[in-house]
Amino acid sequence: MNTRYRWPGGFLLFASLLCAQQMQAEGMHPSGNMFRPLATPARLVSDLSELTVVICLAVFFVVAGLLAFAVIRFGWREGDSKSEPPQVYGSNQVEIAWTVIPILIVFVLSMATARVTSEVQNHKIPKDALYVTVIGHQWWWEFQYPDFKISTANEFHVPLSTMAQPKLTSLTLKSADVSHGFWVPQLAGKTDVIPNRTNSMWIDPQETGTYLGNCSEYCGTQHAKMEVRVIVDTPEQFDIWVKQQQAAAANSTLAAGQTDANQAAFLSSACIVCHTVNGTSAMGVVGPDLTHLMSRQTLVAAEVPNTAANLREWLKDPQKMKPGNKMPTVPLTDAELNQMVAYLTTLK
Amino acid sequence: MASISHPLDEGHGHSAARQKASFWSTFVDQWIITVDHKHLGLMYIIVALLFFVAAGIQGGLIRMQLMYPNNTFLSPQVFNEMFTMHGTTMVFFVGMPFIAGLANYLIPLMIGARDMAFPRLNALGFWITTLGGILLYSSYFAWTGSAAGTGGAPDVGWFAYAPLTEKAFSPGSSTDFWILSVMLSSIGSTVTAINILATALCMRTKGMTLSRMPLLVWMFCVVSFQILVALPPLTAAQIMLLLDRFMGAHFFDTNAVGDAVLWRHFFWLFGHPEVYILIIPGFACVTEIIPVFARKPIFGRAAMIGASVSIGLISLGVWAHHMYTVGLPSRANIFFSVATMLVGVPTGIKIFNWIATMWGGRIRFRTPMLWCIAFLFHFLLAGLTGIMLAVAPFDWQLGNSYFVVAHFHYTLIGGLLCTLFAGVAYWFPKATGRMLSEKLGKWHFWLMIIGFHVTFDGLHIAGLLGMPRRIYTYPAGRGWEGFNYFSTWGVAIQAVAILIFVWNVLDALIQGKKAGNDPWDAWTLEWATTSPPPEYNFAVLPEVHSSRPLWDLKHPEDPDWKYEQS
Repeated sequence: MNTRYRWPGGFLLFASLLCAQQMQAEGMHPSGNMFRPLATPARLVSDLSELTVVICLAVFFVVAGLLAFAVIRFGWREGDSKSEPPQVYGSNQVEIAWTVIPILIVFVLSMATARVTSEVQNHKIPKDALYVTVIGHQWWWEFQYPDFKISTANEFHVPLSTMAQPKLTSLTLKSADVSHGFWVPQLAGKTDVIPNRTNSMWIDPQETGTYLGNCSEYCGTQHAKMEVRVIVDTPEQFDIWVKQQQAAAANSTLAAGQTDANQAAFLSSACIVCHTVNGTSAMGVVGPDLTHLMSRQTLVAAEVPNTAANLREWLKDPQKMKPGNKMPTVPLTDAELNQMVAYLTTLK
Repeated sequence: MASISHPLDEGHGHSAARQKASFWSTFVDQWIITVDHKHLGLMYIIVALLFFVAAGIQGGLIRMQLMYPNNTFLSPQVFNEMFTMHGTTMVFFVGMPFIAGLANYLIPLMIGARDMAFPRLNALGFWITTLGGILLYSSYFAWTGSAAGTGGAPDVGWFAYAPLTEKAFSPGSSTDFWILSVMLSSIGSTVTAINILATALCMRTKGMTLSRMPLLVWMFCVVSFQILVALPPLTAAQIMLLLDRFMGAHFFDTNAVGDAVLWRHFFWLFGHPEVYILIIPGFACVTEIIPVFARKPIFGRAAMIGASVSIGLISLGVWAHHMYTVGLPSRANIFFSVATMLVGVPTGIKIFNWIATMWGGRIRFRTPMLWCIAFLFHFLLAGLTGIMLAVAPFDWQLGNSYFVVAHFHYTLIGGLLCTLFAGVAYWFPKATGRMLSEKLGKWHFWLMIIGFHVTFDGLHIAGLLGMPRRIYTYPAGRGWEGFNYFSTWGVAIQAVAILIFVWNVLDALIQGKKAGNDPWDAWTLEWATTSPPPEYNFAVLPEVHSSRPLWDLKHPEDPDWKYEQS
């Protein structure tokens, strides 16, 4: 989406240039640049923000100019008269002027703020909207799709919204422990994820690709490593993804008598206390759902690429890769580790 | 017109008695059991500077960890303790004691009194605040484990959001150290506020009506009012949190239907006035210093008082601008946006009045004035980024990002710290009888300003590019590296500046030029007595006829009282 003002100050331009290079990368939106909005809420905010920045810059140049002028013009230099300047005590007219003008500026900004605030917050959610429940955990994200009965972690898919085919995604935000914040700058401003409360926000992403975001509320030791990825698919891709997520886990349909040694090793490990693999006896709900682990791009709250090597390192000692995280180190021999990795990598 | 009587003697009787006493008993007498407002004021400032060094080192370590992406200089746990201690120390054990010290030292001298209204309460306030700081740092020795909340220093942030502070998530004693030390500091601040109000209202010298009272004292009265209104919500919330932690209450315990947002309301009901509590004393210093160096009276004295009082009142109704993202209804967000922007109006009036005071003056660019000019420039920028943050939707993007970090460091370093250095440079001769070196002062000034800008300017952009606060590390490739790298170097420059400041102070104490009573040719009463002032401040209490008594004295042909209504 294009914005109306392209010139709100040199520093924003500089910031945009800095990001431009990264933006080139195919389908990847790693930029958190709020002035590059790619969904309606972010665009509304960006437009209002640019207006605000322009007004503030105008005020800055006027006042800083007055200050600079006063400093330069009225500075005392060696050789100047040492007598006191005329003693001026004030002027009511001038005081009124610099009270009224700021009030007018505040009035303008207030009107614009009120309009955008209610436009974003009180937006009517259409009947065909996709609902996703976002649950913040220390220190990962859970995403549930109540309509499709699927659950995933740390990265989630939403459909593209176009003029021809508008599709709004409504996010319901909940927390499993402490307060978190859901923030993907190119899609919308942040909304807090608070225990015992249900917050909501909406997005309608207008470009496909992967969007990066972070937890925006300090939530304890690993607050830094609580990234989130939003993957925007075309409607067709999205349907395929949903079907794939709804499918049973690999090997879960093996007939009685058939055995898979790797799967058996997994199911007899402590992993199943916290993790779920649909269709098996692994039904833990404390940690991320692993049914389609291999369909994700990343591991460990979007921290490392999803490769067998990273997975092995993570399982070997989760506390080394992400100290303080809630996944305990389960002592595994090298052979057992290999079995775990071999099984988990089948979970496409 | 009546003149101001200068002190008659230096109290030789006292000195003779003291000479017999040993060094230690003199030390104890003057710096431990003293109830003299000047000694307590200086003690407050010295303690604040010690904690400033501690918190500054923490800030430096934070920046070193963030210098590179994926850095492992500090562990996550240690980093979280660092920013919690940095914030808590800077607010409660640097900012608050420093302004209490200024108030204690200056107010009785400026209103022509012999001491604060309650000298013993004053000593209590100092020692209890200091005890709070020591308690906070003793948490480092209460180490019981390396997991979150179990060991060592508090790790819940200076804002200590529930439910992270509940037993379930912070099982050890670190959060209790935070609660109790901050509570002690609040007691100290509260008694100081009571003392300031009582002193300003009851102890003014003959002829000093409220309308003639120095603006510094006026602004400290506003601050004291804010302290009395704002600190009780924090203390109440902390008591509730203690009940949660030790008595099984559930005020903020979300595992038992407690309310996490309730804590935020309480905290910011304190926290937002608190930021004005910290900055208004800065305004107060600037308001005294600019006129003296511009050689003109403050422009729009009544407007300045009105603006200060309105900031004091409006600031009590803006707390939820820290909560635009918690899911308040849109009308609440709009209300708090408008209220917050309105604070900009009286603040703008002040900035215009300061500039108007310089306008048409003959500005002497001595170090105190340089700090004031830097303050004006920084605070203008900080105020404008504050307006951006006040716009609720803008804040949805900026809140909890590095933009906020840059914004409030602009207000607190670019703003408050600059004014405190201005104050130190200006009143140091009064307190010690020695002049600071102008040369070292200018090195200090320019290095500090350069270091400050290198540290914080780029962080605005890192925030606009989506970098969240309070993260102990960040990945490469999100456009944040350069800003963080340069920011860390900026801290090094600031550290050099602070070392020069320390050198300047020590050097001046040892071999500084004698200051005399009135080195700046100033106009308020503290310059009418000796430097340093005797124990009783004024041998004969002066009588004043205008807001610039020393101007009247120096310009009998054109005194201020001719133009002021009483």
